[in-house]
Amino acid sequence: MYKLHIDKVTFAYGPLQPPVLADIGLSIGSDEFVAVVGRSGSGKTSLLSLAAGFLKPTKGRVHIDGRTVEGPSAERAVVFQDDALFPWLTARQNVGFALKLKGIPKAERERRVAELLAHVDLAACADKAIWELSGGMRQRVGIARALAADPEFLLMDEPLGALDALTRERMQEFLLHLWQDSGAGVLLITHSIEEALFLATRVVVLAPSPRRIVADIPVTFGRRLLQGDTSRAIKSDPAFVAARERLRDLIELQDFEV
Amino acid sequence: MSTIEDIAGQDEPTAPAPISPGFDWVRLVPLLTVFAIITLWSLAASRGWVSKVFLPSPLAVLKSAYQVSVSGFADSTLLQHLLASLGRVFGALAASIVVAVPIGAIIASSRIGRGIFDPIVEFLRPLPPLAYLPLIIIWFGIGEASKVLVIGLAMAPPIIIATAAGVRSVSRDRLNAARSLGATRSQLLRFVVLPSALPSIVTGIRIALGAGWSTLVAAELVAASRGLGFMIQSAATFLGTDVVILGIAVIGIVAILLELLMRALERRFVPWSTHL
Repeated sequence: MYKLHIDKVTFAYGPLQPPVLADIGLSIGSDEFVAVVGRSGSGKTSLLSLAAGFLKPTKGRVHIDGRTVEGPSAERAVVFQDDALFPWLTARQNVGFALKLKGIPKAERERRVAELLAHVDLAACADKAIWELSGGMRQRVGIARALAADPEFLLMDEPLGALDALTRERMQEFLLHLWQDSGAGVLLITHSIEEALFLATRVVVLAPSPRRIVADIPVTFGRRLLQGDTSRAIKSDPAFVAARERLRDLIELQDFEV
Repeated sequence: MSTIEDIAGQDEPTAPAPISPGFDWVRLVPLLTVFAIITLWSLAASRGWVSKVFLPSPLAVLKSAYQVSVSGFADSTLLQHLLASLGRVFGALAASIVVAVPIGAIIASSRIGRGIFDPIVEFLRPLPPLAYLPLIIIWFGIGEASKVLVIGLAMAPPIIIATAAGVRSVSRDRLNAARSLGATRSQLLRFVVLPSALPSIVTGIRIALGAGWSTLVAAELVAASRGLGFMIQSAATFLGTDVVILGIAVIGIVAILLELLMRALERRFVPWSTHL
C-alpha cells in the first residue's frame, strides 16, 4: 500500500505568471479511486501533470511515501484524453510498449499482452491498426497500455471525455471493475459530476481563482455496482441524485465568490 | 463481469457508405490532352509545317528509341544510359539521407544547431545547380564524385527541412505517454520521435528525388560518358533531334514513375502518416 502525496504544491508556468494551483494538498492511496472535478480552467489537468511528473512544482513537492517524484515513471502510468496511442504500432504493440522498453523477453511479453488485451476485451482486435478502432476501443487500448507498466497509480485525464453517452456509461462500469482487479490507485480528472460520484471512493472539488480544493468527499456509489446493482438503478437512486445536486451547487457557488 | 463483454459489440466502427457508382468522364480529359498533343505533333511533322531537323515525327522518335535500345547511342544502349543516371541519382539520394536526416533532427531539437545549419540550408535551397556546378568542377574535378555531389546538394535541403518539420511536430502527449511508460531518452528517440517524423521524412525524400532527377542533366554536362543527360547533350551537338526528344521523354516518364514508386512506398511503409 503506497500513498501518492501532493504536498503543499504551488505551480505557475513562469515566475511572472499567476499560479495555476496554489498550496494544494492531496493524498491518494493505492487502494483509492479519487476523482477530481471542477470547471475547465480550474487547474485539473495541471494537477494531473504534476502527479505524473510532466510538470515540476514551483513550490512544495510531490512524493510517494517520502520518495520525491522527479519526472515521469512507469509507477505512475497516464491515460490521456485523446488516447495518445502510437499509430505506427498495432493495438497489441501499443499494449506491449512498456514491456518492450523494460526488455522483457518476447514470450513473456506476448503472454502478458494477450492477458491484458483479453482483460479489456480487445483480443479480437489485437492486430488492428489504431485508426481502425472506435473511440471506446482506443481508450481501452490506452488503459491496457498503462496497466502493462504495472503501475502503482493510474492517472487518467478525462479518458471518457470524447465518447458518446452510451459508450461512456459502459466504459465507466468497465473502469470500476478494472480498478477493483488492478490493485492500482486511480486519480481521475473529469468534468462530469455524475461520473465522479459514480466511480470514485473520494471526490475532490477544485475551484478556480484562487485555485484550491474546496471539498474532499468520500463516496460509496461505485461499490454498489461491484456488488451487482445496475448503473441506472444507482444513478437514479434519490441518494445519488441528492449528492449530485449538492456537488453541483458547490461547484456553481464558486463562480459567485470571485 | 458481463459489462465488459458488452462493450465490444457496441462501439464497432462502421464503414463509410460507398460513393455512388458511375463513370466520371472528366477523368478522361488528361488522356485527351496527351492524345491532342501527339496528333498535332504528327501533323506538324508529316505536313512539313516544321522541318524534320527541328521536329522529327513521333514515329521517327519511336524508331530511334528502338535503335538506341538495341544498338546504342554513343557507345551505350538506352538502358545503360538510364541505369547510369538512376545509379547517380540513387547514390546521391543515399548520401543525402545519411547527411540530411541527422542535420534536420539537430535543427529541430536545438536552437544552437538551428543557428548553425539554418543559414546554410536556406542559402543552398533556392540555388540553381548550374550556378555552383563550375565551382564543384574546380574543387573536385570531373569525375563521378562531382556529379553525385551536384545531385546530392540539390537533394539535401528538402530532406533536411522535412525532417526538421517532422521532428518538431512530434505530439507532446505521445512523448509524455512514452516517458510515463518508462522510456529513456534514447528509447524516446528511437520508438517515438523517429516513427513520428518518418512520414514527413519520406515526403522530403520524395521531393528530393524529384529535385535530384531534375538536376541530372546539369550534372551530366560534366564530362560524362554515359547517362540520359549526356545522351541528350551529345545528340544535340550533331542535331540528333530524335534522340534529344527521346531523352526528354524518358527523363519525364521516369520522373513520373519515381513519384508513383515513392507514393506506393509511402503507403506501404508509413501507413500511419494520415493518422498522426
